[in-house]
Amino acid sequence: MEYVSPEGLRLDGRRPMEMRQLRAEIGTVAKANGSAVFEMGNTKVIAAVYGPREVQNRSQQINDQALVRCEYSMANFSTGDRMRKPKGDRRSTEISLVIRQTMEACILTHLMPRSQIDIFVQVLQADGGTRSACINAATLALADAGIPMRDIVTSCSAGYLNSTPLLDLNYIEDSAGGPDVTVGILPKLDKVTLLQMDAKLPVDIFENVMGLAIEGCKAIANYIREVLLENTKQLEYRRGL
Amino acid sequence: MDARLANTWRLTLNEKNFIKTALLSETRIDGRKPFEFRNISINFGREDGSAELQLGQTRVMGIVTAKFVQPYRDRPNEGTLAIYPEFSPMADPSFEAGRSGESAVELGRIIDRGLRESRAVDTESLCIVAGKLVWAIRIDILILDNGGNLVDAANIAALAALMTFRRPECSLGGEDGQEVIIHPPEMRDPLPLIVHHLPIAITFGFFIDENVVVIDPIHNEEAVMAGRMIATVNANGDICAIQKAGEGLSQRVIMQCLQLAITKAADITKQIKAAVEAYNSERALQKIKRETTCVGNNVKGDQNQTLDNRGISELVGKYMERLKLISVESYASQNINAEETKSLRRGTDSNCIKFNSTPLSWDPYSNGIDLEFLKASVASQGLSTASEEKEASGKEKGSEAESAGPYENVNSKWSAVDASTTEMHVIGPKTLKDAVKPKNKRKKKASSMI
Repeated sequence: MEYVSPEGLRLDGRRPMEMRQLRAEIGTVAKANGSAVFEMGNTKVIAAVYGPREVQNRSQQINDQALVRCEYSMANFSTGDRMRKPKGDRRSTEISLVIRQTMEACILTHLMPRSQIDIFVQVLQADGGTRSACINAATLALADAGIPMRDIVTSCSAGYLNSTPLLDLNYIEDSAGGPDVTVGILPKLDKVTLLQMDAKLPVDIFENVMGLAIEGCKAIANYIREVLLENTKQLEYRRGL
Repeated sequence: MDARLANTWRLTLNEKNFIKTALLSETRIDGRKPFEFRNISINFGREDGSAELQLGQTRVMGIVTAKFVQPYRDRPNEGTLAIYPEFSPMADPSFEAGRSGESAVELGRIIDRGLRESRAVDTESLCIVAGKLVWAIRIDILILDNGGNLVDAANIAALAALMTFRRPECSLGGEDGQEVIIHPPEMRDPLPLIVHHLPIAITFGFFIDENVVVIDPIHNEEAVMAGRMIATVNANGDICAIQKAGEGLSQRVIMQCLQLAITKAADITKQIKAAVEAYNSERALQKIKRETTCVGNNVKGDQNQTLDNRGISELVGKYMERLKLISVESYASQNINAEETKSLRRGTDSNCIKFNSTPLSWDPYSNGIDLEFLKASVASQGLSTASEEKEASGKEKGSEAESAGPYENVNSKWSAVDASTTEMHVIGPKTLKDAVKPKNKRKKKASSMI
């Protein structure tokens, strides 16, 4: 199948290096300490953060740092075929784990010993790149909850189809069976925290694709910063400062 | 995670600091260099497709089994491959019995991505009837002892088990040509899986900051390290999967690790291949010892066609058996008498062809015999002159050129002859039974035979 037309356009009309439209909204879940909706094109994810709060299960308490928990789930209506997926299948367990590890690396857990932070992410619409969208949403929600972090984490995926590196794959491109590199970075520190890859790719091409994904992450980081700044300004205004 | 925190065996601060300070001077607590892999030893089980790997103190067992299933709707002509990790509670106090924790799921997913998404195993060759019946390969991974770096160990164990696994050959037959016949291993040689390349997982552990890197961390180091990266690469320099979360790394360090992983993977690939080859050659030797008994039978069958004198044929049978043994020994001692065995083999070849010529017409569906040869043999039936038979044998040799060594050539030929004789017995009662039993039952029975 042709994923990049001779004119250099992708199936949804984007250029190979072009990202989908981003949209973010903060404070979407009233009860949560922090929450956000993050959209990347047709992928839509909602995240809620509770905490830092008392550890629910005492045996899990860690005495020198906070306990971070994460739960990823996909709404039944998020995909084209409305399948009832059993809770806790392998894929979502793995993604939960990956998101938890990524967020744990950027939260200053040592500042909140003997406490617990819960992150819940739910996919509302899935169109490829749910993992990245979830991490971006979780970052926004954590920032909204005012949890101390080293830096914000942003994530973006990139692939390689028709011997062209493509940024931010959608579902059709994702399920084409080509390589899919998901990268998460700490933009200020310029460090890669999350790196996941599927399928086969020679090293030199991998380096290019990873570089492209990192560029995408940086672009998302800029957008997230803007959104956070805007949100803070509004808060300022509401408080009449 | 729950289990991880509730029941983890924790290191004391002193031990942690000791490991860290030792690493700063590039020393590890087990005396290795930072980029040194532990010794790998692979033992194979009695059955095909089971391997036990020992990597230092870590012990992992990989078992491959296969059964028939209906293929997925979106991939009607591909077999399936699934990985089921099981963390036995005896391996580590933090493993819970019965429930697969997060680490088990992660391990399964990493190996799964390495093997399946990089198409290491040819799944299209596992299709029997498109859309209806395919082989489902199941890899069970048992962690017997957790000495650290389970992912690498489990990956190697899975590969070793996959490479030694053999599935029974099956073909379509029956009256309507839709019935699946599974040939028991005694009749036809079971087929190995087609493995295109070997994706090897290499784990890197990062301590303190990204500049202190070790490869293949042991249990104690895993408790101390700040982050890890698992790169699954093959010997050709392709990256098949990467899994990394936590602790930030710069791009430069990642690329260095990948380069290192590729060299290590080439090393490990060699070790796995050597182990598998040793196992295969031993297996082949055992097989020959078992099969020598059928040589006599074959020659007996031959006698029905040409001679009537039983005494003579038995003598011939014994003689052939002895020849066969000699030829086996000579191959085992690496073709010392290459010339002699060649001539011997020619003798045995012509024998089996003589034998083949009549019963072959019974079984046009069997895969073991190619059509050309069939035609030739049917044509030669009336005449049966020695010269024509030789011609036919030459043809067959040409068609079987793909099989690797001359030794295997003989082997497969014997088994093909075997199959054609025994199959007649199988098909005979089957057709009678089929008149009574519904087809579905027959299929179920077939799948349970494995």
